[in-house]
Amino acid sequence: MSLAKPIRRKLDLANGRVDLSHGAGGRAMGRLIEDVFLAAFDNAWLAAGNDQSAFEVAACRMVMTTDAYVVSPIFFPGGDIGTLAVNGTINDIAMAGARPLYLSASFVLEEGLPLADLVRVARSMGEASRAAGVPIITGDTKVVERGKADKIFISTAGVGVTPPGLALSSDAVQPGDAVVVSGTIGDHGVAVMSKRENLEFETAILSDCAPLHGLVADMVAAAGPGLRVMRDPTRGGLAATLNELANQSGVGFTLEEDAIPVRAEVAAACEFLGLDPLNVANEGKLVAIVAPDRLEPLLAAMRAHPLGARAAMIGRAVEDPDRFVEMRTVFGGGRIVDWLAGEQLPRIC
Amino acid sequence: MKYVDEYRDGALARSIAAAIAREVRPDRVYRLMEFCGGHTHAISRYGLEDLLPANVRLIHGPGCPVCVLPMARLDMAIACAGLPAVTLCAYGDLMRVPGSNGSSLLKAKAAGADIRMVYSTLDALRIAEAEPAREVVFFAVGFETTTPATALAVRAAERQALGNFSVLCNHVMTPPAMRAILDGGGEGDETPVLIEGFIGPAHVSTVIGVEPYRPFARDDGKPVVIAGFEPLDVAQAILMLVRQINDGRAEVENQYIRAVTPSGNARAQAEIAAVFETREAFEWRGLGSLPASALRLRPAFARYDAERRFGLAETPAADNPACECGAILRGAKTPRECRLFGTVCTPDTPMGSCMVSPEGACAARWTYGRFRDNAAAARRKEIA
Ligand code: SF4
Repeated sequence: MSLAKPIRRKLDLANGRVDLSHGAGGRAMGRLIEDVFLAAFDNAWLAAGNDQSAFEVAACRMVMTTDAYVVSPIFFPGGDIGTLAVNGTINDIAMAGARPLYLSASFVLEEGLPLADLVRVARSMGEASRAAGVPIITGDTKVVERGKADKIFISTAGVGVTPPGLALSSDAVQPGDAVVVSGTIGDHGVAVMSKRENLEFETAILSDCAPLHGLVADMVAAAGPGLRVMRDPTRGGLAATLNELANQSGVGFTLEEDAIPVRAEVAAACEFLGLDPLNVANEGKLVAIVAPDRLEPLLAAMRAHPLGARAAMIGRAVEDPDRFVEMRTVFGGGRIVDWLAGEQLPRIC
Repeated sequence: MKYVDEYRDGALARSIAAAIAREVRPDRVYRLMEFCGGHTHAISRYGLEDLLPANVRLIHGPGCPVCVLPMARLDMAIACAGLPAVTLCAYGDLMRVPGSNGSSLLKAKAAGADIRMVYSTLDALRIAEAEPAREVVFFAVGFETTTPATALAVRAAERQALGNFSVLCNHVMTPPAMRAILDGGGEGDETPVLIEGFIGPAHVSTVIGVEPYRPFARDDGKPVVIAGFEPLDVAQAILMLVRQINDGRAEVENQYIRAVTPSGNARAQAEIAAVFETREAFEWRGLGSLPASALRLRPAFARYDAERRFGLAETPAADNPACECGAILRGAKTPRECRLFGTVCTPDTPMGSCMVSPEGACAARWTYGRFRDNAAAARRKEIA
């Protein structure tokens, strides 16, 4: 005589909430993983149900990165914390000129998080990873008591392979090199801020969140070893990225404000918030430093790609023992483009 | 939202700059103080100084509310935030301002005080409504521009009988600070006041109008040109000041006609007068104690006055003795002449008030203009 099988109760994905049992290692956790993550990420590695995933790589130079995502609010115009986690990790790999292969994702969930929100985040991660062709092949979930986390934190890792012979490096910039950005800056930061509590304002600006490895592959093909280094100017914006490069390479930069692409809506929002677009985060843009003789082919290749349509040269590296990033303003005067001190907050008067 | 490109036109800027260069007399120096932090920001952000002849010098004034807030008041706010059930609401700019012994609101928050960053007085009011068990204190700071909003919040709290809302008032007034600058560093301080004219405040003047500046022109012989916050406004105001000085005139002129009227905003003035009264004296960071220069709540609103409500008292606190903010704010010294500038004192680790807000004289110089202090830059300019 066999025992009656217990009825497997589906999670209430529409109205349910994350509770502590979902992280306790019991059946509830198994259901959460199956109904939410396996369903959304949908690949053979995860379906195998192991604690790790195996893959083959030919002998080559590999890159690895890790990142944590705590953005608030978790949903914003043009994306959410999930798309950000997938694309951000892919971009960190891509900035080495590498082809991203696989991702991992770990979730720290706050007790009480609506399951519908979790499903939405997981689905957009699944979509982003499929669109980029980079599967999420392993992961983990923990639940913490209410107040111990803010809704959802995601931690990722990614691995990729670099094309033979390519070795980009942040200390490779030389005076005379050109500074190129792949498009308009400040979109992501302004889109997120427009939805912050107490700060909500009407805007049509969407986050620029996008995976850049396709654009990067075209750039590497066009500029080859003339490409010195690439960075995605996320937190701290273009200003922080160029200051880092100036310090690491021991050069200065001179920029032309006129040449830096900024959407009119972003400029207006920054004006209103007392921010400088150069300090505002991007999630789908890159800065490339390129030898002068490879500038034209690089720009042509970038502009031929949908994510580089508004690519522009914005300045040059110069010899400067002080390693200043200077800019000629639209007004004709000069100024320093500095790191931001403290938090990015609106001015009060 | 409209982007105000028309006030940043490079070609127009060059033509105004050319007029300034044509009209300045080579044998004299024009030292002009822009009072407001907003002007300091526009000047540094757009590199306006590069368009001016060497004998037109801009002196960054004390019109940055964060910069002039004295340590003792900040200590008071930190103490207030530490009281049981108190939620202190403050503008983000105030979080990093150094208090005494290396304290700051940011550190107090990290140590457990309930301090929340808000973007307006209304946010604080909303928190008070939503959390009746908390004593919500709004840390009110600013010149005449932000005072009307605080007055409105106090009146709204009264109307709604909101018993858990109060204001820690640090509102200050512009004309007394200009007076203090012209009167110099007080007894025993012989530093001459080297200012030939003022670029007058933009937003402050929309509230108080043009009249309060008359005495500076009439009695002190210092021309004042009220200017908007756009870089072209500032450039034009400089040209107007150069002309007044060349003509030997000292008048109050209004460049910012699109927003400032002679008598200002009567309704805002009435709101301020209804809720606030003048303090006998108030300590300004860098300028010392100035008579009749700040506001507090009238006795009729005592229950909304955090100082009275919680019996908060000011404990005198001394600034770093090496800090030259006072002399800088009076135009007697430049940031470079402070030996802490750029070494111990930077925007990441401010020692004095002028380094705290991006609108402060030292911070503006450091953040946007320090390449001008540099020999390497001069060399680079030569090559270019
Ligand atoms: S550099 Fe710092 S210490 Fe020196 S005057 Fe400026 S704020 Fe004060």
